[in-house]
Amino acid sequence: MSDIVLKTENLTKHYGGVHALQEANFELRKGEHVAIMGDNGAGKSTFVRQITGVEQRTDGKIWFDGKEVNFAGPIEAREAGIETVFQNLALADDLDVPSNLFLGREKVLFNLGPFSILDRKAMRKATEAALVRTAVKIPNLSSTIRHMSGGQRQCVAIARTATFASKLIIMDEPTAALGVQETAQVENIIRTLKENGEPLILVSHNMRQVFDLVDRIVVFRRGRIVANLRKQDTDGNDIVAYITGAKTGQAELQAA
Amino acid sequence: MSQTSHGIGGLSYDAKKRPWPAEFNVFLALVILVGAFELIGRVFLGDSFLFNTRENVSGLFNEQRLQIIILQVSIVGIIAIGVTQVIICGGIDLSSGSIVGATAMIAMSFAQVATVNGNPNPKAMFIAFGWTDLPVIVPLLVAIGCGLIAGLINGFLIAYTRIPPFIATLGMMVTARGIAKWWSKGQPISFPTESFAAIGKGLMPVVIFISLAILFQLILTYTKYGKHCYAIGSNEDAARMSGIKIANHKVLVYAIAGILAAIAAVVLSSKNLTAQAGMGVMYELDAIAMAVIGGVSLSGGRGSIIGTVIGSLIFGVIISGFTFLRLDAYYQEMVKGVIIVGAVVLDQWRQRRRAIGA
Repeated sequence: MSDIVLKTENLTKHYGGVHALQEANFELRKGEHVAIMGDNGAGKSTFVRQITGVEQRTDGKIWFDGKEVNFAGPIEAREAGIETVFQNLALADDLDVPSNLFLGREKVLFNLGPFSILDRKAMRKATEAALVRTAVKIPNLSSTIRHMSGGQRQCVAIARTATFASKLIIMDEPTAALGVQETAQVENIIRTLKENGEPLILVSHNMRQVFDLVDRIVVFRRGRIVANLRKQDTDGNDIVAYITGAKTGQAELQAA
Repeated sequence: MSQTSHGIGGLSYDAKKRPWPAEFNVFLALVILVGAFELIGRVFLGDSFLFNTRENVSGLFNEQRLQIIILQVSIVGIIAIGVTQVIICGGIDLSSGSIVGATAMIAMSFAQVATVNGNPNPKAMFIAFGWTDLPVIVPLLVAIGCGLIAGLINGFLIAYTRIPPFIATLGMMVTARGIAKWWSKGQPISFPTESFAAIGKGLMPVVIFISLAILFQLILTYTKYGKHCYAIGSNEDAARMSGIKIANHKVLVYAIAGILAAIAAVVLSSKNLTAQAGMGVMYELDAIAMAVIGGVSLSGGRGSIIGTVIGSLIFGVIISGFTFLRLDAYYQEMVKGVIIVGAVVLDQWRQRRRAIGA
């Protein structure tokens, strides 16, 4: 039991009369990479929003890192160790890479409250180390995010989540808007995270990517978890059948 | 470490090919403007704009003109420093000119002498209470208090009622001007103490302007406060997600802008030896214009105090240049308007071009 990073029990979210998420039971173990798949409106993003505290669940329980948690907001979730790469990357366009990496948790030389002097050298060094660790390629750390390609931005956002010894990383369609090479770069970062033993939840539509990267696939359909399969026990056709509803009723199947 | 030259992860990077800082372009504009006045002066007036042409005075440059250029913009420049950080943070402050008026009136009434030429000071507001000839620290603290209160009200309105900064500070602009007129029922307040008068004497406004500019350039570049200003102006949602306390920060930003407007009020009333209810009218727009000309983006996130200082110098050069060419003040206003719009158009164009290049 102790190697379970995240566990949800009967996690439910209603938007008025819409049952966006119903009784989702989910587990993630240490070092495990899990993909969440499903059609649009299947409840993937709703599920992520309940875990990261962006929204408050209607019912159910969440355990994270061995404790039952009730995050009031995304900042609490982050402080607890859940780092999320959002679809709309939360980067400040006019700041450079180190400033974005350390936004809201700057290293300081002298603490003078809001006027604390920044330790720019240390932040720059830590940024270089983080980028090397995650194998991110950025030509110039001092150029602002505005001048970077979509892939580089995504890499910076991912490097940020990986910089801070997080206990869980969640990525919501990290390669949806990227080209082939940029997608490959992001996927390499995810592989590096796997090697480092960092657990990950990957929301993705990309079947090839999912089978390349993760250990386990969870399929959502109409707000319910309809499949929970180890990669080696399934294939693309099988997953598509679950996504489209051709195959159903095996929600209790527990893998891993 | 797989680091080549300046790049990370094996990508090379040519530091020589990085884009110029925006301030460089603004400075170039300043140089071109001075050059234009110099050229027109030489051709049409047979006189130099920049250089010393009088034999009875030593020195290479026309020092008097250089002093006037910076002196006449330093008081609005102090306001522009506060306005710059507000704009970088994604806001706007229309109230600074009126805060100057109200603060000048209130502060000056605590800085008056008891007797003028042996007679009781006819303008003294608080002579009945014996509040005359007070030490200079009293009007100074009163002024800073006024600016702080006005700024805090702006900040709280914007941060907690979520009304647009334009509306909140427009309200303050009208109200503060009302207070300025009400304070002495429209009468000017004059005859300050010698120590109060010393604050704005001679080149003191320039010294105060430049010192504050350096201080705030350092604050914006090297402190958490500055970093968060740029972050909020650049992407407020991202800043919020990163755990920055947006509301607190905004209150602080507007409070500082209020205090800087109050300092400008002290310098202005001290320099003029009087305070009048109409003081500082349109200063807020001049201050915004200086920032915009200096490359501060009205959409937030971009700009610097250095840029604003150069922007203020462009302002000063235009005013002095038109006087030098013996053109009416009306033309100054017209040209100022064109330059403000032109600066924004240029900035937009440059940003678009850069975005395509990236």
